[in-house]
Amino acid sequence: MAFDQNSKRIFKVVGSRPPRPDGVEKVTGRALYGADMTAPGMLSGAILRSPHAHARIVSIDTSAAEALQGVKAVVTSADFGVPDDEFLRDVQDNCMARGKVLYHGHALGAVAATSAAVAKQALALIVVDYEILPHVTDVDAAMRPDAPVVQEGRSLENVGPGLSQNVTSYCEFGHGDLDAGFDQADLIISRSFKTAATHQGYIEPHACLASLSADGRGDLWCCTQGQFFVRTLCAGILGIEASQLRVTASEIGGGFGGKTTVFIEPVALTLARKSGRPVKIVMSREEVFKATGPTVSSSMDIKIGMTREGRITAAQAQLRYQGGAFPCGTVEMGAQAAFAAYDLAAVQTQGWNVLTNRPKEAAYRAPGAPMAIYAVESVVDELCQQLALDPLAVRLMNAAQKGTLSSYGPTFDDIGLRATLEAAQAHPHYSAPLRPNQGRGLSCGFWFNFGGNTCVSLNINTDGTVGITEGNPDIGGSRASISLMAAEELGIPYDKVRTIVADTSSLGYNDVTDGSRVTFSVGLATIEAARSAIKVMCGRAARIWGIEEDAVIWEDGCAKPAGPNAGAFPPMSLAEIAAVSANTGGPIAGHFEVNADGAGVSFGVHLADVEVDPETGATKVLRYTVFQDAGKAVHPDYVEGQMQGGAVQGIGWALNEEYIYGADGRLQNAGFLDYRTPVASDLPNIDTVILEIPNPGHPYGVRGVGETPIVPPLAALSNAVSRAIGVRLNELPMSPPKVLGAIMQRG
Amino acid sequence: MRYERPQTATQAAQLLANEPGLARILAGGTDVLVQMKAGMVTPDLVVDIKKIAQIGNIQSEEGGYRIGAAVSGAQLGEHAGVCAQWPGVVEAAQLIGSTQVQGRATMVGNLCNGSPAADSVPALVAANAVARITGPNGTRDCPVADIPAGPGRTTLTKGELITSVFLPARPQGAADAYLRFTPRTEMDIAVASAAVSLTLDAQGRCCEARVVLGAVAPRVVLVAEAAAALIGTHLEPPALDAMVAACRAACAPIDDKRGTVAFRTQVAGVLAKRAAVIAQTRAGAKS
Repeated sequence: MAFDQNSKRIFKVVGSRPPRPDGVEKVTGRALYGADMTAPGMLSGAILRSPHAHARIVSIDTSAAEALQGVKAVVTSADFGVPDDEFLRDVQDNCMARGKVLYHGHALGAVAATSAAVAKQALALIVVDYEILPHVTDVDAAMRPDAPVVQEGRSLENVGPGLSQNVTSYCEFGHGDLDAGFDQADLIISRSFKTAATHQGYIEPHACLASLSADGRGDLWCCTQGQFFVRTLCAGILGIEASQLRVTASEIGGGFGGKTTVFIEPVALTLARKSGRPVKIVMSREEVFKATGPTVSSSMDIKIGMTREGRITAAQAQLRYQGGAFPCGTVEMGAQAAFAAYDLAAVQTQGWNVLTNRPKEAAYRAPGAPMAIYAVESVVDELCQQLALDPLAVRLMNAAQKGTLSSYGPTFDDIGLRATLEAAQAHPHYSAPLRPNQGRGLSCGFWFNFGGNTCVSLNINTDGTVGITEGNPDIGGSRASISLMAAEELGIPYDKVRTIVADTSSLGYNDVTDGSRVTFSVGLATIEAARSAIKVMCGRAARIWGIEEDAVIWEDGCAKPAGPNAGAFPPMSLAEIAAVSANTGGPIAGHFEVNADGAGVSFGVHLADVEVDPETGATKVLRYTVFQDAGKAVHPDYVEGQMQGGAVQGIGWALNEEYIYGADGRLQNAGFLDYRTPVASDLPNIDTVILEIPNPGHPYGVRGVGETPIVPPLAALSNAVSRAIGVRLNELPMSPPKVLGAIMQRG
Repeated sequence: MRYERPQTATQAAQLLANEPGLARILAGGTDVLVQMKAGMVTPDLVVDIKKIAQIGNIQSEEGGYRIGAAVSGAQLGEHAGVCAQWPGVVEAAQLIGSTQVQGRATMVGNLCNGSPAADSVPALVAANAVARITGPNGTRDCPVADIPAGPGRTTLTKGELITSVFLPARPQGAADAYLRFTPRTEMDIAVASAAVSLTLDAQGRCCEARVVLGAVAPRVVLVAEAAAALIGTHLEPPALDAMVAACRAACAPIDDKRGTVAFRTQVAGVLAKRAAVIAQTRAGAKS
């Protein structure tokens, strides 16, 4: 969908900041989240989870649980089939262990009972005989040939010899002659990095209500980023047809990528099928930490060569990501994103995906990119320090731009990196003075963005209002943005439009809300749906006026005769046309269906000032500014919210958040007390600067903005802390004991 | 599960003493309710002590203050007398939990929960506070320092409950301070902590001191050598260095997810030094 060539368009509605449409419901407690659904005769579901990191399930005896008064169903993997499709089988096995438990917290049984208390009691009556197996949770340890094997036979042929079967896949990207590039360098720095697994930390735990009636028809209400994908997975696992399972997405209390798959939904449906009653399952926070999908942890080696003037001559990255107990493809995205910000003659990235006895990773905002770019941006910063170069000037000197052959293959079209760097350079933050123990860090960030399958219906109501039906849960303000784009195109006020998120029976397939795709893809589909409704309305006006359809134009929310030759008719507004639609051919609607491409990559630059307490190693973030290219900010409040939220999640990742495993392979911090997400008092205001370099692939120039902002904070913080204490840190999180240890070693 | 709400401490003690199963006392509930919800404890009896006379009050007594067992952190923070006399105790109590939790959480609950990282306990020990205990055999007084027995345990015997803690009177030129280290600024638990209470004479010389560390041993640690290093000094750098060294020598922490032995030991000394200087400044302002 090409950018509208009347690019000098003056937007009337897009770019304004109306109050959020879900605000009142949310602040008054009326919004219905996953756990708010109830049904007559509903049972409480509860899940039995492995206390071990890795064990063979010798036997499960559920007889005592089944005999307990109030228990209506008990299920184990024996109550599920074995899907032929490998991906589907992995999803199912992650929801309900078959043969082996693969991580601490892995589900291996479930109960539906008349109350939560009875369900809990029944779980305690399930007797499991485990044969405990050796486990591995660290990525480097898991790659060694003698490591405990998490799953046999999952390694692809492209994985080289000498590695454990835990290494499931290998990838490689790049171009140019590395040796020649490194020969041209005046300084080459090689460093190794590690980052911890972090969790999205969404406020709302997973919850669902499943109902499967005797005639085989099912309904599932759940908290998800993608009801259609939930339907695909659940229908596949249960062996029912998609048309027979209607999935409705609840209001969502955060997802950040973590709600793009299923954990409890197939279990609730299986319990509902076995008990013949609706079953609700609500995860506890402990379960969320133990058994949903945090991001990968990583181990990385980076080598970059630079001339004395600051030009990068060659760059190389080796990335090793563990994604838990099932194969994943996250390292591919890290390997593609690592050097995206740079125009490089010689670049190579290699990646290895690795199995460990940890929960299967799920997407987390720009999955795979933050850690790789953290490592790259750390080495670039160290090169700048050692060569006494300005880190912003060096980024500008090497910045990718239109026409650059990217490190991962494509040649960039219009991109906003250079403009974003220039905005940071010109900003007062970059030249503000720093005091002792303070440091300033800079990092670029990048995300691909995505388009995908999208289907929108736009209905013109007879009272002149507009209803939009779309299929993507609103995790970042998309309903407001979609309404704004419809209002813009139709020429009517924003408050005449209401956008709702439909269930899977109401629309064609929509991809998951991921890849920062919704404002871009659903937005362009909405604009096209509006254009198709406009065409219908022009036709109705033509019919009323008795003139040719192509003699009618749409302007300022009205049909008008195209010129004096078409006839002298007063304009007819959308409301006037809608009011008489029953007499002119019936209801008026517009539709658009597309598998959208042209999402347009997004770059951001973050500046962070920190102060480190030299006696305790505590880091305080003093000032933080986000610069990002939004293409076109449809609702700037939400764009700023994405930029701020990404920065905050990245700050948490950089400073304190981590999955902590004991020697026994058990997760030690499955709660917000010891999994330290930052709280409001830990943070300064996050300042934002939106740049608008139109995306050539969208009628209004929109780019996705949701993921890029979590990418730069890791290196921005690490570079700031390293400069503040005068020692380079190469491991995240930079928790106070690590920082103090580095300070004391420095002496 | 039975829930009882006795009117007197004696009745409460009887209920607790007579319960054959697991009994828990409920005041603010900010520990016990969380533990129950998490499935860590399932009591057979919950004794809510908030109906006991005076248990929710702060009373002046012999120039000091008697703080009822059900007095919340928020209530304590609004009491001008206690705030003036024992600012370190108040700041410690007010670090327990969030603003919402402050409306419920009590110092006595914090003490009886038995956590080595309890915020109010080092400050109470530095203040030489005394707990009043009612049990099946009557009432006794016990220094707060002697209440903790180890992680999750106290020296209270079956049927005993603390009804109040007493903060004694202070001379002119005396003040206290409490500091803790947490990776987050709020909603966190001390990785190491220090409370210092001291008295300055007319010349500004430290004539009395108590230095107490938290989260660096199974129990709260009263470091007599650290206090001795301050007494007779104006807290000049060598005196502070000696106190810091004494504090670090007294640390016997563990490595765990919240911090390492080395980190806790190092930071305990830093916090003690900073708390001593704050207490000195406060005491100087009063004399």
